[in-house]
This record gives sequence, C-alpha cells and structure tokens, in this order.
Amino acid sequence: MPPLLAHIAKRLLSLLVVLFFSVTITFVLVRTAPGDPFSGEKDQKAEVRAKKLAEYKLDGPLWWQYARYLGDLAKGDLRESTKYKGETVAHILGQSLPVSFQLGTAAFFVAVVGGVTLGVFAAMHRNGLGDYAAMFTALAAISIPGFVTGPVMIFIFALTLGWLPIGGWFEPSRMILPAVCLAAPYVATIARLTRNSLLEVLGQDFIRTATAKGLSRRTVVWKHALRVAILPVVSFLGPLAAHLLTGSLIVETVFGIPGAGQYFVKSIENRDGFLLVGVTIVYCTLVVAFNFLVEIAYTFLDRRIQLHG
Amino acid sequence: MAEQSNGWRRLKKNRAALASLGFLILVVLACFIGPYFFPEEMTAGSAFTFQPPGARVDLPVKDPLDAAKTLGTKPVTFLLGSDDHGKDLFARVLAGGRVSLLVGIAAGLVNLLIGVAYGITAGFVGGRTGQVLMRIIDLLNSIPQILIIMVFIASFSGGFVSLLDGGRLWAEANGHAHLQSWFASLLPYNRILIVILSIGLIEWLTMARIIRGQVLVLREQQYIAAARAMGQSTLTIMVKHLLPNLWTIILTCLTLTIPAVVLDESFLSFLGLGIDEPAASWGSLLKAGAQVVNPVESRWWLLVFPAALMSATLLALNFLGDGLRDAFDPRSKE
Repeated sequence: MPPLLAHIAKRLLSLLVVLFFSVTITFVLVRTAPGDPFSGEKDQKAEVRAKKLAEYKLDGPLWWQYARYLGDLAKGDLRESTKYKGETVAHILGQSLPVSFQLGTAAFFVAVVGGVTLGVFAAMHRNGLGDYAAMFTALAAISIPGFVTGPVMIFIFALTLGWLPIGGWFEPSRMILPAVCLAAPYVATIARLTRNSLLEVLGQDFIRTATAKGLSRRTVVWKHALRVAILPVVSFLGPLAAHLLTGSLIVETVFGIPGAGQYFVKSIENRDGFLLVGVTIVYCTLVVAFNFLVEIAYTFLDRRIQLHG
Repeated sequence: MAEQSNGWRRLKKNRAALASLGFLILVVLACFIGPYFFPEEMTAGSAFTFQPPGARVDLPVKDPLDAAKTLGTKPVTFLLGSDDHGKDLFARVLAGGRVSLLVGIAAGLVNLLIGVAYGITAGFVGGRTGQVLMRIIDLLNSIPQILIIMVFIASFSGGFVSLLDGGRLWAEANGHAHLQSWFASLLPYNRILIVILSIGLIEWLTMARIIRGQVLVLREQQYIAAARAMGQSTLTIMVKHLLPNLWTIILTCLTLTIPAVVLDESFLSFLGLGIDEPAASWGSLLKAGAQVVNPVESRWWLLVFPAALMSATLLALNFLGDGLRDAFDPRSKE
C-alpha cells in the first residue's frame, strides 16, 4: 500500500524533526542555566569538578558538548545519569518505563470504558436528572486536579476504610487507586464528548429508521448510534495518551510509584541533563506514535462506516 | 452583530453560567480585597499551629516599636483553622487565590496575545506561509508542553533573578530612580513572573488553532472582499474587520484557558517548581495540605479548604466558558 507507506515515512520524518527540536531545547536550556550537575556537591576543588565534567563529556564550549551528544544519540547511546552513579539512562528507563506503561494502560481503559458508559447514560437521560448529575460530576472531575483526588482517595479508601493498600506497585490491588486517580479527568472528558456526539447522531434519519424497524432503544443506541458517535472519542485517544503521560508525573509522585514520570521530576531537581533528555525523547516519541495509531484507527473506522452507511 | 446580541440573550437564559459568573465575581473580590481585612497578627504566624477550624485563641500583639515586647493579647477566631506556621488558613487561602488567579489571568492574556496574532496571520495570509505556520503548530503540539514549561522554569528561574537584579543595578548606576524601584519591587515576585512567562509563552497553540479556523470562515465573507476591493491593507483588514468579529470566540477561549493555566500553575507548585514560601498559591497550599494527611492526626482542613475553593472556582470558570461557547457557537443554534 504505497499511500500508507508514504504516510508512515512522512510521520517518521516529522518525528525526527520533533525529536531534534525537543532534544535541542532541553539540552541547551539545561546547559545554559546557571549551575551544573555537580554544583550541589560540597567541598569540591576546581580540578575535581573539571575532571568530572570531562568524564561526562560536558566540558568545552556548548556547541561542542551538544554536537558530541547528538553524535552519541545517533548511535543510540543515551549516556549515563549524572546523579545515579554508574547507571545508564537506558537502564533507568528500561526499569521505570514498564511501570509507567502499566499505569497508563490501566488508566486508559478506565477512562475509555468509564467515559463512554457515563456519556451514553447521560445522553439516554437527556435533560433529565441523570444527565445533569452525570455532566456536573464530569465537569467537577475535570476541575479537580489529580494531586487533590489522590490524597483524598488515599485518605478515604486506604487510611480510613482500609480497603486498599497504598504505596509501591506490582500488585493489582495497589494499581486501582492510582489508575482511577489518573483516569478521572479523562473519564469526564470522554463522557462529555460521547454525550454530545451521541445526541447529534440520535437526531439523524438512520436512527429513526432503526427505531421504526422495532429495535429496542438499547440496541439502537449501543449497536447503531454509538458506532458513528464514537468517532470524536477515537480522535481524542491520541491526545489522551499524551495527557496520561504527563498526568502520570503527578500520580507517580503522589502514590510513590517507581515510574518514568518520577524520574523526570527528579532529573529536573538534580539537573540530571541526560536523564531529562532521555525521558523527553521517550515521551515525544510516544505522543507521535499514539497520534499516528489513532489516525490509522480513524480511517479504518471511517471506512467501515462508509460501508455500512 | 445581530448574531452576537442573540448570543447574549442565550447566555442570559443559561442560569448555570450566570450563577458561575456571580460566584466568580465574588471569589475575585474576596481574593483581591479580602486579605487586607485580616489583622496582621493572624497572617504573620504564631505559636498556635494546626488549630482546627473555628478555634478561638488569644494572639499576642507585638509592639510596633519594639518587636521583642508584647502589648497584651487579642482574641481571634481561626475560621478555617491555622497552618504549620500558626497563620490563619482563611487568609492564606484568599491570598493564595490572588496569586493563582493573577497567574491565570496574566498567563491567559499572554497566551491570548500570541495565539490571536498567530491564528489571524496563519488564517488570513493563507497559502504557503499559512501552511508553514500550521505545520509549526502541529510540530509543537507533539511535544508535551508541560514538560517544556517545567524545563523552562527550572533553567531560567535562577537566571531570571540575576536579570532583575542586574536591571536594578543598571538603573541605579544610570540614575533612573523609577526603573530602579520598579525592578526592586519585582524581585520578590520573580517565581510568579517566571511561571506566568513560561506558561504564557508556551501554551498558546490551542488558541491559535481555534482562531485560525474561524478566520478561515470569515475570510470568505463578502465584507472582507469589499474591504479588499476598497484597497485596505492586510493589517487594517485584520485589525478593523476580523478582530471585532472574533472577540466572542476570544472571550470564550480566555475563559477556558484561565482554568487550564491555574491547573498548570498548581501542578508546578505541587512539584515544587512554582510559587515558593512565604508567598502562596492554591497549588502550594494543596501541596502543604497533602503532606500532612495521615490517619493518626487528621489535619484535613489544610487540604479540604484550598481544594474546595480552587475546584469551585475552576468549575465556575468551566461552566461559564461552556455557556459562552454554547451561546456564541453558530453550530449550537437551534
């Protein structure tokens, strides 16, 4: 399929441009800011420090540091963390990314399933009490940040009721609260999208036909209308993945989850430039990849609709 | 213009949006004027730390001439409790709201300025240039903006202080007394300024995109063609003909941008990159509140009250924004 191949090539090219810009911005910002990764350590002689900088290839003029770093990146070497002695950035990412992925995937499913269900519920009770309650809850969930819902949920479900354990990871019961906390605002966004789009679709002719055929309201909504109404939700999935990535920064910090987001925050505090750029590269790549996947899914869904319609 | 007056009529019928507007006016007044009504003893800190809401205590009154001496005591009520420094939480929440709202409005306006200028240009100029401008937005959109904002703040906050200080010294050396005092008065707010600048300079993409979309529609209208036929310059058409027809959209965008920016600011403050002690914002108060949540000694008020006021404000802003959009979006007309 040449058009698809051409499309993929175009996406890869734009990914390279995005990566180049974000790496450049991050590296230059970190290296031109006052202080360096070792200025926090006490009682250092100038020679020791110079030696350390040279060891991490951070000596010489800025353009030279940058050029050598780009050269290493091109070879696939993300270098070593300047804070965690002897650990490569690739190793740290290799350990922390799977955790972030699990959290993100869990939150993704909570957001999509919860959001669509809530949205359909609201649309079926249009302008009724259920609709208003659902939409008010949704707007409230969008307005309350994760670092408020997080501690509140910990307080209620873990500390007061004692239903769920907190802290750590790697057990399903420990994943519930963080995933729900991360997903909450997006459950709301998806619910609003689903409701509005479904209401628009329910006014169309083919729905009237389906109803006239004697199908139950439930079948009409779930089988016929939702298939068309889901499109705006699908196109939101790309941005959703990106939001979940950045949202995980907070949730990982609040719940003490050893994911990549926590390392991003720490690397900013520690001026750990290589780790910072490493996480940035991963995040940007993921955002571009998710957007691409959504594009493909969208054309696929669209075609099916044309076939059906 | 008839369409806009229809929009206002629709907005007036939207009770949720009107109630939100009233609530917002109240919050803004309380946050900007309220802190001045608290006696200094309640905001300066005291030995009465972590008092529960409604606690009545007798605060010592300091002698204004001699800080070591006290002039008796003054009975006060900590309506919403007191924090870890013995400061009144009510006053802190209002003062924090002032900073949060200020950041929201200021950064929102910076966003607006860039977004509108960029969007109008990209939409109106069109052709190759417009395409390139849109590609740039697409590219920037692929970078998680909050990450860049965080890096930006972390890198520049140190340099920004020396920049302000350098400006002050330069003004002093050159005898510009006004500039000197201006720089000096900005220094304590350097963290707030850097947060405003970073968010404002980076988060304008959505705004630019929406404005461009609308300009693409407006561009085809006959009165634009007429203006062009009369020989008006591109800039005149943009400012005199396009801008007046965009302002309801701009208002809607701004109303929806402010809560997003306030959330961003609280996110940054929560991670320790935003507002610093002794200044407070809703984000930094929430951070302090979240740290003391534990089952042994519940100090819930430190988390609940800032969270409640912030969430209610953001909710009202979102309601108002939605109401504006419903009222002025031509698609939502029956």
